[in-house]
Amino acid sequence: MNISEFLKENIVILDGGMGTLLQKAGLAPGEEPERWNITHPDVVENLQRAYFDAGSNVVSANTFGANTLKFAPEELEDIVKSALEIAKRARESSCGKQEKFVALDIGPTGKLLKPYGDFEFEDAVSVFAKTVKLGEKYGADLILIETMNDSYETKAALLAAKENSSLPVFVSNAYGEDGKLMTGASPAAMVALAEGMGASAVGANCSLGPRALRGVVEELLSCASVPVILKPNAGLPKSDGVNTFYDVSAEDFANEVARDVCDGVRVVGGCCGTTPEYIAALAEKIKNIAPVPVTEKNITCVSSYTHAVSFREDPVLIGERINPTGKKRFKQALCENDIDYILGEGISQEEKGAHILDVNVGLPEIDEKEMMCCVVRELQAVTDLPLQIDTADPAAMEAALRIYNGKAMINSVNGKEESMRAVFPLVKKYGGVVVALTLDERGIPETAEQRIEIAEKILSTAKEYGIDKKDIVFDTLAMTISADNKAALATLRALAYIKNTLGCHTSLGVSNISFGLPVREAVNSTFFALALENGLSAAIMNPYSVDMMKTYHTFRALHGLDENCAEYIDFAQGLPTQTAQSTVSAPSKSADSGKTALQDAIVKGLREKAGALTKQMLETVPALDIVNSEIIPALDIVGKGFEAKTVYLPQLLISAEAAKAAFEEIKAFVASSDGQMSKKCDFVIATVRGDVHDIGKNIVKLLLENYGFNVTDLGKDVPAEEIVKAVELLHAPLVGLSALMTTTVPAMEETIKLLRVRAPWCKVIVGGAVLTKEYADRIGADKYAAEALDTVRYAESVYNQANG
Amino acid sequence: MSASLYCKNYPVPAVNKKEALRFAFCAQADAEVELLFDSCMREMAPCLSCKVCYAEFPVNLKGNLIYLGFTCVESADLAKNLAGCERIVLFAATVGAGVDRLIAKYSRVSPAKAHMLQALGSERVESLCDVFCEEIAKNAAEHGFSVRPRFSPGYGDLELALQTQIFQTLDIKRNLGVSLNESLLMFPSKSVTAIVGLKKI
Repeated sequence: MNISEFLKENIVILDGGMGTLLQKAGLAPGEEPERWNITHPDVVENLQRAYFDAGSNVVSANTFGANTLKFAPEELEDIVKSALEIAKRARESSCGKQEKFVALDIGPTGKLLKPYGDFEFEDAVSVFAKTVKLGEKYGADLILIETMNDSYETKAALLAAKENSSLPVFVSNAYGEDGKLMTGASPAAMVALAEGMGASAVGANCSLGPRALRGVVEELLSCASVPVILKPNAGLPKSDGVNTFYDVSAEDFANEVARDVCDGVRVVGGCCGTTPEYIAALAEKIKNIAPVPVTEKNITCVSSYTHAVSFREDPVLIGERINPTGKKRFKQALCENDIDYILGEGISQEEKGAHILDVNVGLPEIDEKEMMCCVVRELQAVTDLPLQIDTADPAAMEAALRIYNGKAMINSVNGKEESMRAVFPLVKKYGGVVVALTLDERGIPETAEQRIEIAEKILSTAKEYGIDKKDIVFDTLAMTISADNKAALATLRALAYIKNTLGCHTSLGVSNISFGLPVREAVNSTFFALALENGLSAAIMNPYSVDMMKTYHTFRALHGLDENCAEYIDFAQGLPTQTAQSTVSAPSKSADSGKTALQDAIVKGLREKAGALTKQMLETVPALDIVNSEIIPALDIVGKGFEAKTVYLPQLLISAEAAKAAFEEIKAFVASSDGQMSKKCDFVIATVRGDVHDIGKNIVKLLLENYGFNVTDLGKDVPAEEIVKAVELLHAPLVGLSALMTTTVPAMEETIKLLRVRAPWCKVIVGGAVLTKEYADRIGADKYAAEALDTVRYAESVYNQANG
Repeated sequence: MSASLYCKNYPVPAVNKKEALRFAFCAQADAEVELLFDSCMREMAPCLSCKVCYAEFPVNLKGNLIYLGFTCVESADLAKNLAGCERIVLFAATVGAGVDRLIAKYSRVSPAKAHMLQALGSERVESLCDVFCEEIAKNAAEHGFSVRPRFSPGYGDLELALQTQIFQTLDIKRNLGVSLNESLLMFPSKSVTAIVGLKKI
């Protein structure tokens, strides 16, 4: 019997702690436990036999930390090979009569993945892949990925396991007292991710005792459609000055875990502090408990690195703003690689109440795959909303799904053979909920019946790929009623049928319905209400649209989804009133300060007011005049105050952001009239290789942009070669380098050396907490900037010299 | 060399606003800075998870060579700080990774907010250390000891490399979920390790 068959009918007993027992046997602090597979195979074998004797069905080979970061390739192979040989010898010589399996054990690499650490996702995948291949080669029965406290690293390990072996994979995470992983994921989010990628069981281990993990276990049981694992510590570590011990006895441990087994946990064991005694007590305790059947939960859900969003009665809002279609300012941002603008759109939609963000960056003039990955990577560092990968290019789709930290929404597949052939394997491999458009080779059918037919074909094809209908959300295609006045009815009828009869969730790009009509908001929001009433589960919509949000909140209040109408009232109170809208007065000198209203708003740091005033002024005043006679003088007032120490850094930054809001209006205006803003000159900015701090760099960037420099931001942890290439390409006269850690100053020096050889025309400015004037001189910088404004002043002087 | 090791969860300490603004390089707050500060406070409050782990050791000084019970270091500044002390409390404190997630969120879209969150986060962990050190002081006083100001690796001439031993000794990765990277920086970043000298009164 293999482990998958055994798991179907039985409760699986894993082993207990290993590390503490090896320490007792003489493992020195700092010594790698995996080396004992070579130096003390008998000790490891005896321990593992004791677990089999105690009743374990699965014993993990001693490979928890066996990876290429810790061991050279040949040594790693020896370690994994002997680890599995030892575990199998223990199995053969054990007196236990139960079914017995050996697992390849995979723990965290010990390195933190980006964006919090400096380890690349794909590097983590290759590290895990090497261990997985060895595990399969030397005969493991299954792979146990455990103690992971980061969802992203869990995904890397699971992806490596799935790509490099056909063994069943158990995935177990270490949750903290708050019931979440260190990097923020909830149990529901981990279930979505792991199940989506085909894990055979999901669960929790380490960090806490069984009682403290109960909340986590309950959540896992409520959403997992695969067996749930529980492998807790023997309570919390205590020390008496000589030995570390744990505060839950074998007897109590067995009682507690047995309770979880009664509740439905199907895979149990122990982690730190547990011994064969604990496993024996547990095996005895649960021997007469019948396994609770694992049921299909039929939850349609996607996840981010923190939480899962489920499709239930409550409508899901998918923000549509990250999309260049019909948006000149967005197109400009894409062409100029202005990722910050795109991130801003993401965060604003989150603030307006979107639950998922659609991400579409397709433009003929850019590399969509590269841009998609860049935007997904950056977005998932700043927003915790799940993303909807929206692309027609399967290569871009796959690349984005791979690096996505969670279970993504995928937009889209349709009834064409070619589309299903390209998309379904990706859904199967990476997990995801895919939006299925009810169209096929013949186009978009006019009638509801034909759309339903296509939906049924899509469902049956998906099944052939092993994709469940819970992971498909149908879009019955809203077409404009200005072309066909029956269009909305066909969409709604197909929608209702698919929801009620096929039992699938639905989604619509609502705003298409009004194309070509005046006052589109009115049509959109009414259609949205009708669609919701007909069973719409999710809408791809504009969360900035007050009319759409009114419909959303009213629908929830009317459908008993909003207790005491609390959220509706909250929303209504936040709506702008007529009077508030008219308080933005025409630009004029404010009486007391001699500043204009816009200057005053910037100096005071009133972001929204600065934006609104600029928008108004653009109707009558040329853009360039606003910049030169309003924004720049206002920034100078603040800058001088900062230098005179009457204005402090936070105030300087708040003003700079208000100025940015003014510039944003100007950019949008210029983009919509197909104009170009003249810029001073190029300025390349980056945090050097090895350094992941970027607040200081972002501050300098913000100020430089305000002063009209064309800033190319290469981000953080940037290799010298990449910086030099960018400078060469732009022939940039200025480059700014930031380093915050003493350990990365050498990277700064290396970058400057390379710049001197290949871009001798370029002036180099350096800044960052660890730098001093002396150090900056020593590594050959042209300018040391102690403050953000120093950079601006210096850049202006370089620009002015070059341009008379 | 083993010593009793303790781990404790703490409630979120009271905010020292003046200190937070000082970390933000702001000697005086105007209305907009106040608003920014308040919004940072509101957003950060639910993200905090305060934990401390610590152990006590005997200490011996031979000039600038300090035998800390778990390792030995050379530092004139720490020697000065620990002059006359018989024991030390070695501790690590963190307010958790939620703060880092919040800072990451705003670092790209609002440098002003990211800057203020950064400052507030530093104040949060320092205030947690204050709460912990007050407890230590109270407890020490009962046993006839007074406490010295806390001293962290990286202060003065005390090398940052000491972090490696501290992490091993307190098993910080396991007990607090704080990790140390190759550059000896901690994640979650709003974490502190320090030594508190105990001196017989």
